[in-house]
Amino acid sequence: MISKEEVQHIASLARLELSEQEIGKMQKDLTEILDYFKLLNKAPTKISRRENLGGQAQNLRKDEVISQDREVVEKLVAAAPDKKDGYIKVKTIL
Amino acid sequence: MNLTELTIKQAHEGLKNKEFTSVDLTKAYLDKIKKVDGELNAYLTVTEKLALEQAIRADERIALSKAEGQDFPMLCGIPCAIKDAIMVDGEKCTAASKILENYVAPYDATVIKKLKEQGVVILGKTNLDEFAMGGSGENSAYGPTKNPHDKTRVAGGSSSGSAACVAANEACFSLGSDTGGSIRLPSSFCGTVGLKPTYGAVSRYGLIPFGSSLDQIGPITKNVDDAETVFNAICGKDKMDATSTDYKFQVSLAGQASSKLQGLRIGVPKEYFVKGIDPEVEKIVRSTIKKAEEAGAKIVEISLPNTEFALACYYIIAPCEASANLARLDGVRYGLSVDGKDLLDVYLKSKGHGFGAEVKRRIMIGTYALSSGYYDAYYKKAQEIRQLVKQDFAKAFEKVDLIFCPVSPVPAIKIGERTDDPLSMYLMDIYTVSVNLAGLPGLSLPVGKTKEGLPVGLQIIGNHFQENKILAVASQLE
Repeated sequence: MISKEEVQHIASLARLELSEQEIGKMQKDLTEILDYFKLLNKAPTKISRRENLGGQAQNLRKDEVISQDREVVEKLVAAAPDKKDGYIKVKTIL
Repeated sequence: MNLTELTIKQAHEGLKNKEFTSVDLTKAYLDKIKKVDGELNAYLTVTEKLALEQAIRADERIALSKAEGQDFPMLCGIPCAIKDAIMVDGEKCTAASKILENYVAPYDATVIKKLKEQGVVILGKTNLDEFAMGGSGENSAYGPTKNPHDKTRVAGGSSSGSAACVAANEACFSLGSDTGGSIRLPSSFCGTVGLKPTYGAVSRYGLIPFGSSLDQIGPITKNVDDAETVFNAICGKDKMDATSTDYKFQVSLAGQASSKLQGLRIGVPKEYFVKGIDPEVEKIVRSTIKKAEEAGAKIVEISLPNTEFALACYYIIAPCEASANLARLDGVRYGLSVDGKDLLDVYLKSKGHGFGAEVKRRIMIGTYALSSGYYDAYYKKAQEIRQLVKQDFAKAFEKVDLIFCPVSPVPAIKIGERTDDPLSMYLMDIYTVSVNLAGLPGLSLPVGKTKEGLPVGLQIIGNHFQENKILAVASQLE
């Protein structure tokens, strides 16, 4: 069984607040699901590097800025919960 | 004539022959929604004002094309519904989550832009499992969608509302999205046609992402012909989605030699007919396969040996990608923001309050599998198995043209039947997730009903970009 501390550690990595009750349920559910994943240990292990690179990695694009209409940009900022002068406001970090 | 029962083609003909207007059609659907949706819960938002404006404009466009002696687009004036994970400019887009309860879409998804160019009418936004995570529709923060064939049962998920609304004649067609079966599964449960296109065939710009290497948008319709019409309207390259490909869909292979049932090689994976499948589902699917054989198709037993690992592989990869994708819902950029003492506290509280149980579970699985010490055993391992699953299909398609199998091992389940046991819910996706892992197109075709009157779907899987072959064969079996 996955420990309460481990659930709390993962939740903090995910920036997720969980109640005591949720932590208990999560221990049970994650344990069951992770046990199911053990099935993968039975899978074949020899996969060549080349095959492993195929498929999804092909459609790459340049990392470049694609301009957006001013109207859309304004709407995007407007959707933020807290904003000022066209910028999204965040709480003090340090 | 009951306007809400028409297919796209029939409605188009009616508009062309001035039997009715798009406003007539739209009002008929809005009335139907008012009448039945209180109980079904297929819609989260009904965009009545937008729909009527679009209908008026469509009628003007139809009148103008007639005056000029020209045709108007097939979808012009046709009322449809959109899964509430796809953005429609100026309308709410909740992903069925409390965290986006009041979020208004700032722009149109590319698929919406394309539909609007054709002059479509948007009736509303449909219910789904929160952030498209689920197979039953019960993970919606706004209550489950009920199955129109039996209201004590689920509509299937995650595109629960999109399938139910088409089955209940609350829309002429709809759009859904499919990450691990979310178009095909509800289509099977509700008796609609649902097409999950090849990865890259349709732009996902404006779709709230779940598992980005798996997600695809596709149509849910009343028949195969309509699925082809809608797919043709939404597919193609988009500069806003780098994974979209320049794909020229060749319409209507129907009747051509290359897709006649006569001589077609149909693969039936032996791993898909094992214990766990409902005997009635198996019987209905097998009798359709027999029907194809009688029409001249060659049935070939094939093996997809890594099938048993596909579900575990999927339930690692999809949550890993989801945990990264959902990190943006942090109480700062958009949606629910719960105040806290510092920035970290805002993150913790906003996510803690905003997300439902299943979304939290998937974020936890994904974060765990990507965390230091577990990455190799889970994420890396799953990526390797994904390659094996792809290879299984590649080998199969050397021998066969299409693959026939069930969509789901069971017909629509009872509401509440599996909600306490997440793993048993995941097992419903056992026949659908491999298609997403391999990036293939798959279609759910209604082929029969159980004794209790529940629809059963046949899944037709094709090789990459073989939608036309799938559609042509499906229309012969319809």
